[in-house]
Formats: sequence, C-alpha cells, structure tokens
Amino acid sequence: MDFLRPASWEEALAAKAEHPTAVPIAGGTDVMVEINFDHRRPEYLLDLNRVGDLYEWEVGEEAVRLGASVPYSRIMENLRAELPGLALASHTVASPQIRNRGGVGGNLGTASPAGDAHPALLAAGAEVEAESVRGSRRIPIDAFYTGVKRNALAPDELIRAVHVKKADGPQQYSKVGTRNAMVIAVCAFGLALHPETRTVRTGIGSAAPTPVRARTAEEFLDAALEEDGFWDNGKVITPSVAKQFADLCAAACNPIDDVRGTASYRRHAVGVMARRTLSWTWESYRGARRASKGAA
Amino acid sequence: MRVNFTVNGRPQEADDVWEGESLLYVLRERLGLPGSKNACEQGECGSCTVRLDGVPVCSCLVAAGQVEGRDVVTVEGLADHARQRAVRDRCKTVSHGAPAASGPSLDEARVRQAEGSDSQAGEGGELAPIQQAFIDAGAVQCGFCTPGLLVAADEMLEHNPTPTDADIREALSGNLCRCTGYEKIMDAVRLAAARQGEAV
Amino acid sequence: MPSPTRGFPRADGAPVGHPLGAPVKVTQDSRTRGGIGESTLRPDGTLKVTGEFAYASDLWHEDMLWGQILRSPVAHAEIVSLDTSEALATPGVHAVMTYDDLPTDVRTYGLEIQDTPVLAHGRVRHHGEPVAVVAADHPETARRAAAKIKVEYRELPVITDEASATAPDAILIHENRDDHHIGHVPHPNIVHRQPIVRGDADEAARRADVVVRGEYTFGMQDQAFLGPESGLAVPEEDGGVHLYIATQWLHADLRQIAPVLGLPESKVRMTLAGVGGAFGGREDLSMQIHACLLALRTGKPVKIVYNRFESFFGHVHRHPAKLYYEHGATRDGRLTHVKCRIVLDGGAYASTSAAVVGNASSLGIGPYAVDDVDIEAVALYTNNPPCGAMRGFGAVQACFAYEAQMDKVAKELGLDPVEFRQRNAMEQGALLPTGQRVDSPAPVAELLRRVKAMPLPPERQWESSEGADVRQLPGGLSNTTHGEGVVRGIGYAVGIKNVGFSEGFDDYSTAKVRMEVIAGEPVATVHTAMAEVGQGGVTVHAQIARTELGVAQVTIHPADTRVGSAGSTSASRQTYVTGGAVKNSCELVREKVLEIGRRRFGAHHPAWATAELLLEDGKVVTDGGEVLAGLVDVLGDEAVEVEAQWRHRPTEPFDLRTGQGDGHVQYSFAAHRAVVEVDTELGLVKVIELACAQDVGKALNPLSVIGQIQGGTTQGLGMAVMEEIIVDPKTAKVRNPSFTDYLIPTILDTPTIPVDVLELADDHAPYGLRGIGEAPTLSSTPAVLAAIRNATGLELDRTPVRPEHLTGT
Repeated sequence: MDFLRPASWEEALAAKAEHPTAVPIAGGTDVMVEINFDHRRPEYLLDLNRVGDLYEWEVGEEAVRLGASVPYSRIMENLRAELPGLALASHTVASPQIRNRGGVGGNLGTASPAGDAHPALLAAGAEVEAESVRGSRRIPIDAFYTGVKRNALAPDELIRAVHVKKADGPQQYSKVGTRNAMVIAVCAFGLALHPETRTVRTGIGSAAPTPVRARTAEEFLDAALEEDGFWDNGKVITPSVAKQFADLCAAACNPIDDVRGTASYRRHAVGVMARRTLSWTWESYRGARRASKGAA
Repeated sequence: MRVNFTVNGRPQEADDVWEGESLLYVLRERLGLPGSKNACEQGECGSCTVRLDGVPVCSCLVAAGQVEGRDVVTVEGLADHARQRAVRDRCKTVSHGAPAASGPSLDEARVRQAEGSDSQAGEGGELAPIQQAFIDAGAVQCGFCTPGLLVAADEMLEHNPTPTDADIREALSGNLCRCTGYEKIMDAVRLAAARQGEAV
Repeated sequence: MPSPTRGFPRADGAPVGHPLGAPVKVTQDSRTRGGIGESTLRPDGTLKVTGEFAYASDLWHEDMLWGQILRSPVAHAEIVSLDTSEALATPGVHAVMTYDDLPTDVRTYGLEIQDTPVLAHGRVRHHGEPVAVVAADHPETARRAAAKIKVEYRELPVITDEASATAPDAILIHENRDDHHIGHVPHPNIVHRQPIVRGDADEAARRADVVVRGEYTFGMQDQAFLGPESGLAVPEEDGGVHLYIATQWLHADLRQIAPVLGLPESKVRMTLAGVGGAFGGREDLSMQIHACLLALRTGKPVKIVYNRFESFFGHVHRHPAKLYYEHGATRDGRLTHVKCRIVLDGGAYASTSAAVVGNASSLGIGPYAVDDVDIEAVALYTNNPPCGAMRGFGAVQACFAYEAQMDKVAKELGLDPVEFRQRNAMEQGALLPTGQRVDSPAPVAELLRRVKAMPLPPERQWESSEGADVRQLPGGLSNTTHGEGVVRGIGYAVGIKNVGFSEGFDDYSTAKVRMEVIAGEPVATVHTAMAEVGQGGVTVHAQIARTELGVAQVTIHPADTRVGSAGSTSASRQTYVTGGAVKNSCELVREKVLEIGRRRFGAHHPAWATAELLLEDGKVVTDGGEVLAGLVDVLGDEAVEVEAQWRHRPTEPFDLRTGQGDGHVQYSFAAHRAVVEVDTELGLVKVIELACAQDVGKALNPLSVIGQIQGGTTQGLGMAVMEEIIVDPKTAKVRNPSFTDYLIPTILDTPTIPVDVLELADDHAPYGLRGIGEAPTLSSTPAVLAAIRNATGLELDRTPVRPEHLTGT
C-alpha cells in the first residue's frame, strides 16, 4: 500500500490520473473501517486532507458551492439557512466525532444507498463538480447514482464540490434508525418545497439499490397543489392528498430485507416520513406566508 | 512511511508506519500512549476519541499519514490541556479589563475537591476537572470508555460551559458505555460544569 | 515501591503495565474512615481517568509477536484439507499452528464439559470456530498470513432449532458423548434437561377461573463489553508461561489451559490484566490457550487482541430461548398453577448451558408463591453460536416470559398488574418450585409498592418554546416525529435471581490478608485472585479491611494465581463470597494481632484478658471504647499474614426427575417501572424513565451499588428494544457481528434511572449483604416490554421488539 499526500488539488488530480485505482481518503469514516476490518487493501490511498479548498464553501446567488470535505458539523452550524435539508441530514450522521470528519464528498464517493446526505441533495437539487486532469464537469445529482455503491465518476475523477441549490422554501429530513443516535439509516426521506417553481422534490435513502426520488409522488403533489391553488391560498393540505403523496412515496421504494429492517417496514416508514415531512414543510410555508403578509 | 506530528504538546516522530495504520494504532503501539482505547475500530463507540487540531475525532478512522504536521491531544494530555485553558481563560478575563474572578480560583477549587474525596487524585499530577468529576461521581466502572468520554466531555464544556441535560446527551452520543447506564456520567459532567462555573 | 508504570516499553524488557500499576494504596488520613457502608471511591479511578490503567490490550513486551486466529467462514462443515505452507513461508511469520500441532492429547476444554476443541479437528460446528493460529511480527503480517492458509470445507446441513436438533435422523453435534448429562437427556443434541414438578398442576388447573397461555421468543444478546478479548503470553525460562489476561476467573482458566499445554499448573502463571467489562462473556476461554501455545512454540511473547468483529465470534452469547407458559388464576387474583417449558439454544458447545437450565427451571415462575407447578427446561446443541454466561443467565429469559404472562392474567382478571403481582408475591418462608424454603427477606410486594410510588416523569417533556426537542422524542436526532403518533405507556416487572453458584457447586473464595507496620503506620494488604472487571470489588475489599482491622491504609495486591482461587466474577457472587473471604481472613488476622497484643501488653491491663477487643482507628480498643494500645506498638516489626478459604452454605443438586432440592444460596430481587413513549406509526421507542427498586441486604458501597443497578438496568433496556445477534436460520451464520449492526444503547437511548435501595439484611451473608449485579437486568426488559404493550395495545411476544413488530409490517 502506498500513501499519496498531494499538497494541492492539482497534485491530487495528477495522482489520481497516474493511479486511477487510488482510493481517495478524506474523513476516513468509510475507508478506514474497510481497512481496519481487512475488507479492502487498496494499492494507493490518496489523502485529500491537505487540499485546503475542499474544506471551504461559498454562498452564491443561486447555490452554495460546498467543498467535498466540509465536515457535517460545519454544515449544521453554518448552512442551516441556505441548506436546511442538508443541515438536518448532517445532524443525523453517526456521532459528533464522525460529523467532525466526514463530509458530503465521502457520501457521494461511496454512494451507499444508506448515505445520509443523498435524500437531502436529491430534494434540494444539486450538481456534483467532478474533475480530472482532463477537465471539470458538473453531474446532475439525478444522474450521479448509477447502482449499488456505484456512481457516475470516471476512474480518474475526484469530487471537488457539490453545488446545492439554496432553499427557496422549507425543507425537511427524517431518518429511521433503531437507535436514537449513532445509527445507520433503515430508511430516510428528504423533502423540499420550491415555491419559486411551485414544485416539490423528494429524496429516499436506503429503500432502493440507489438513492432515488419519488417522481410520481412529486408530480402528483405538484398537480394537486396547483389545481386547488394551494401555493396561493396557503390552505392546509387535505388529508387525502397527503395520504396519496405518502402512498406514492412508499411505492417509489424498491427495498430489501436485511438485518436493519424488512422491505415492507421500509416502504411503510417512507410513507409515514413523507406524510410528516410534508406536514412540517407545508406548515412552515404557511407560517412564512402569513408572516410576510402580516409584514406587508 | 514516517509521520511527524505533535501529541500533547510534544513533537513526535513515528517510523516504519504501515500505510494502512490508523492514528489510534500509532498512538498506542508506536508512541506508548495506550490511553486512547480500541473497542470497535469503526467509529461506533468513541473509545478512541482524541482531539485533532482541537476537534474531537475517532482516532481509529484517521489514517496515520493524515496527521502529518498536525496537533493531537489524547487523554494523557487532558490535564495539561485543561490547565493551559484555565490559564488562558484567566489571561483573557484580565486582558478584557474585567475584574479578576472574585470566587475561588480553579486551582483552589480543585484542592477542595481532592480534600473532599477518598481517591488518590492529586497525588503526583493534577487532574483535569472533568477527570476528577468522573472519579467523584462514580462514573468509572471498567473504565474502558472513560478516556474517550473524558476527551469528548471536556471539549463540550470548553464550548458550552452550562450545558442542559439534552446538550450533554447529544455531545456524548458518540461514546458507548456498557457498564454505568450513563447516569453517573451525566452526574460527572454536571459536576464538572458546576465546579467550572464556581471557579470562574 | 515503584510508581505506576505506563503500559509501555521498559528498558529491561519486562512486561509492563498492570491494571493497578504498582499495588494501589488506599489511604485514609485519620480515624478509620472508608469502611463498609461508605461510598469510598475506586482505588483505580485515577489510573483509569488518566489513561494509565493497563488493560490487557495495552500490554507490551519487547520482541513480542502478534497472534491471529483463522476462523471458520461456515457454521457446519467437515474440514477436507488444511494447508499452512504458504502462510508459514510469509516473511515475518514465526509460527502457524493447527490441531495437529497441539502438544498433548488434551485438545479440548470447557467450563463444565470439555467439548470445545482448542483448534478445529476435522469438523467445524459453528460460524467463527477457530481453525488455525498464526504468530507474526506485525498484526497486518499475521492477518495476511492467516488469509493464506488454505482450508477446504465440505458443508454439512445445519441444526438451528429444537425441531432440527431432535429429529430422529439429526446429525449429532457431539458424537460419543460421555459427560454426566448424557444419561438423562432425551436426545444427544440436548445438553441438559431439568424438570421441576411440585404439587399437581393439572389438578390445580381445574380450580382456575382463567387460564392464559403464551409462547415467547427471547433473542440472542451479546455482552458487548467494550474492551475486546486480549492477553499477553510470555514464555518463561523454566519452560512455563506467564499469561497476563483479562478474564473473570483466573483459576478456572488455569485449570483448562495447563493440560492442553502439557504443563503442570505451577508452570502456568497467571496475572489479571486490566479488564474492560465482562458481563459473563469472559467466563469461557477465548484466546488464552492460543496465545500460550504460540508463545511456547516461538519462544517469544505473544499478544492477541481481538477486534470487534472477532469479539462477536470469540465469546459465548446469552442463550436465545423459546418459552411456553400456562398460568391459571382464580377470580380473586390468586395463581392456581404454572406450567412452562423453556427451550434454550446452547449452540455448538456446552459452556454453562447446564447451569443456565438449572436457573431457568428453578426460577421459572418468578418471585411468586405457587404450589402447583410443572416446569421443564432444556438446552440444545445446535450449529448456532455457542451460548453461555451473561448477567442473570437463565433467570433473565424466564423473567421476560413470566412477567408478560402476569400482565396477561391481570388483564384477563381486570386487575391492576401491580396489585395482581403483590397478591401472589413470595415472602420470606415461601417455597420455591424446588421445595427450597426462602430463608431470608423476600420483599417482592414492597419493591413493587416502592417503584410504583415514585413520582412519574412529566408528560411531553419534549415540548419547548422553540418547538419539539427531537432529542427527547422517539427517533432522537433522526428527526422522525415532532410529537405525531407518540403515545406514552407504563409497565412493571419484578424478578428473582439466585446469588452464587448453585446446585451443589463448591463455591469458595480465598483471601490472603497481611498486616504490618510500614513507615510508622499499620497497613493491611489484601491479596485475592478476584477478577476486577469494573464492578468495584477492589473498592469493597479495602473497605472491609478498614472495617475489620481498623487501619487507614489498605493495599490491594494485584490479582494472580499466587493466591488461591476466588471463584468467578459472576453470578452476583464476588462481594458475597470473596468479600466474605476477605472479611474472614481479616478476622483471623485480627485474632492473631490480639494474641500478639496479649503477649506483649496483657500484663499491663486486665481488659486484654476479659473484654471483647476491637481494632479501630489504628488502635486496640475495648468494646467500651477504652484504648489499650496502638497497632504500631502491638505489631512492632512483626507481620501477620493469613491466607484462608471461605465458603457460603452448601447447596445440593436438583433431583433429575422432580427438580426438588435446596439448590440455591441466596436470592436477589429487583422491580422496575418503565415509562416509554412510542411512535406508534413508525414503531420507534424512547424510554423516558426506568425506575428501579432493589433489596441489596446491605450496601457496602452505595455509590457502586447504584452504578451496578443502573448499568444492569440499561443492559435490560438494550435487550428490550435493540440488541440482538441475528443468525441466519438457513446457514447458521451471524449476520451482524459489528457495532454498526449490533446496537447497544447510547446515552440518548438511556433514560433517567432513579433507584430506591432497600436494605433488609440476609442473616446468612456477610454483613447481611445480597449479591446485586444481575437482578436489575432481569426485570428491566419485561418492564419496558410491558410499557410498550401498554402504549400500543399489542401482544408482543418476543424481545427485542423491532419497529416491524410495532407496525405490523
């Protein structure tokens, strides 16, 4: 095993180009477990800790450019307003110690369906900034997950940043685990309201081979909200609409039975989380609407 | 490979480090600092918690090569760390022009604690307030989780000197204990916070 | 006296690092403070908070090698071939050993039945069984070499439950059994069977107004101590070996290790290294023999440290069980009879299965007075992971089931569950199903009363001005509810556990106590082989010595095999039995000290000859308080030392047909009230409070007593809602051997645990004390289950309860 220690992003790209099998390590919260337990003996470890700009973020007009290694604890503390869904998701990651080390780049690189950030990224809308010595490209989050623990990265590419759309409305995130902290998701759900486009987006974790969106559910809800003028009148969403949305979210799952939970429980739980997060976000949207009206 | 870094304020050099080794292994097996415990090696128990550039991390998940040039504090350096922090805090108070603390100093408070207990604390080196509180409150049984909990709890009190119970539970939710049921650990952290409050 | 050493290289190459460093001095500065009844602090506390306490995994020796075990990847197979040549040729590898390399004909071990191969011979019987061992100069070298050992397995069908174990054509897990149970078991795949019959349950059932039946499942729990198995074996010049080890019972290890090595016990020296928790999981051997074999083979010190994955395969677990119960009661709330059948899965090797059967059967109906009972308990041999000791064994499984039954009957009768229990609660003088009379206080009804009387925690504590604090709701930080679907429930349970080793076992301990003057002060040294695993025995021994010998300074000598056996740190027995031994030896020392005093000073004061004399505050005093002499003057430069064994009252085996017999020494009772909040839609549980009332006889160290009760309670909570080793029924392979998927409670899962301690002396026990460690683990689980049933209205016949069970998905 060789330990590569690039001092800059350019050096990291060059190293990855030279050794495409090199395994990038940043927070180490996935890679080191595999090494400690003898599940993996990569030829090269590519340490990204010394690449400073991976730890930075930039809040732009439309989006936040989030460095791949920005620790979850920083996201929780600093980006709660811009990226509320991701901040909530970050808070559910493992333990304080892990949140101090791990970042979204690792979740994306591993692309486990159980990664906590995925549903929030899917719901918010995001692009992955991938780069190699050949150049840089932006991969839409919807096209990023290609299979169980597989992603759209080329062997010579590294994740530099994620561009996440700034919240234009309320966002929520829920995760079911069988412990009240430090737990891997049995399943997870992210929901973002986008009042500007009058759309909703969802993300489901751990209930299909990859993180997925519940597109049929989104389309149904978009139409239902539009039809009855909910975005404008700010009425309470009718229980039947909420139930239909929840059922469609559950139907979007393609889960398995494993030691963490059964497939049917996962489907059920996603439905419950969909209904609850819809209620929380919609109440928040109504509250904000009332507040802005009051102010006007 | 060779790794140079600072541990508890002292420069350290580890040689012939296998590339897959963790910081935890280097601390325990190469630098003679076995205080950080190896209980799961997968970031699920917190027994190996150290501070890396000030931040609590699981040292089992930090590759040894990643600590090159960085600063690590382990349980072995916790008392020194707390002492320096206390001195720094006192200087800060003075430099801000505030009157010097009128209550007992931290050091005085510590002496009182030592007198009030039957333990051998204070014999030789002084303990950090959180260490003394763990002994006094009965928060130590087998003690295997203790070093990690101490590092995590001390860091929390550094940032949040008056934590609520829910704050304490959240801050320590990455540290498993199998013996105590956590109640005495809660007592210990509350005790350390209270003593810290008295001392300021 | 050398100062405590860090667990690290010393120039002379001697092994360094001892759990207590150098012997730890417990000093009281004046008067005889720090005796029994006080919450004195741990003598090892400072070492433990500074990171200097040397656990077994912290030991280091110059030139030491690392041992690695190759384990079976399948549960049941013949070993067709085994080739170690490539592993042996790996640079850095010093030895590879298999069954064929074992030095003597003794190639198996076991606590009760020697059925466990040191290394597999021709057949593996469970997933993770040791097949070969490697010693190399770096753990990674050892791992790589182990991976190069070629083993060809021919898989066999797996036996995983009672039906497959007792089928007429079932493969025998152990052929040619010759142990002492084979004569009375109905099938060779049953380790032991214990029926207990008293009165006539069938006849009594006719008087019952209600009869309630239930079938319960208890999952496989793991001790999950935080310090994985580890030890260091150092070869010695006389051809022997010195093993520094984390264990629960040094002498039982020694008895099993020495014959395999072909050494007399005198050449296997054992010293207790720091133990990171045990809970029963270190009662069986793990890496002890392997490390010694490799050390003797290579002539070098060998250290073995399991990682967490291996730890799940390296020790026995708590027996999973199927429990079938029938309770009958009259309309006025009196139990008429209980019938039950308890099937425990012992896995591939016997371990303590027979004793687990004894406890499960004899305590099978709980702390209730019932005259007509019909009980049967069996333990199976299967290809599942071996099961053995864990806190409260046998009694824990039964308590889960009988307490569920008690709630069911109460509900059927329309009675309050606590009141129904109180009506049937046993009292002192009651007879157990075994016919044994309970001859010490049995405050079962009182404990229930106390736990019920505690104030309830406020409702909706999660509500705050800023909305819901998810940390206080089911799901916690995962943000699954802001109060939706959350329903509160309350449940009660009470249990009975035997203390000490039962059924005729010669359950003794040994203590060596020395008293002398050092630097002008009288000092007592207490030397036992008791394994301090965190429970605080070392604290208590010092307290006993202070109380009995009137000295301020007590030195606790490191535990090793240079003193006689202390028995196991298990069965809630150490404070009783080794505490009793320390007390006894102190009393003998005191007599000798007084003899010296009489010899030296008897002529000076008539009280020496007549009065009952005490040692207090470093002086000899009369019972009237008159000081006769200082201990410093009495002792001069004489040292008084006594090593003596001490035993509790003898017990007898249970009759193999009727189960009658005075099998137990003492009982320990605890009651719990659980308050839970359940997210009924998602099936997530938050335990809000778990109150406990326990009779401890006499709290020798109240702080430690409460710590034990809270710790035991929390392990019971884990068993109720999250902890289970999941074994695939088709392959008998363990599916979750990691802390990622075997979950134990975090601080966010653990509620406040108010404890009400009752002290009703047991006159047969030293100071009237009761063993306390296990009882809280019994009733905690059923109390939580009862609370969840109360919240959800569901039957819930298995533990741990999972979200699927609460949501019907």
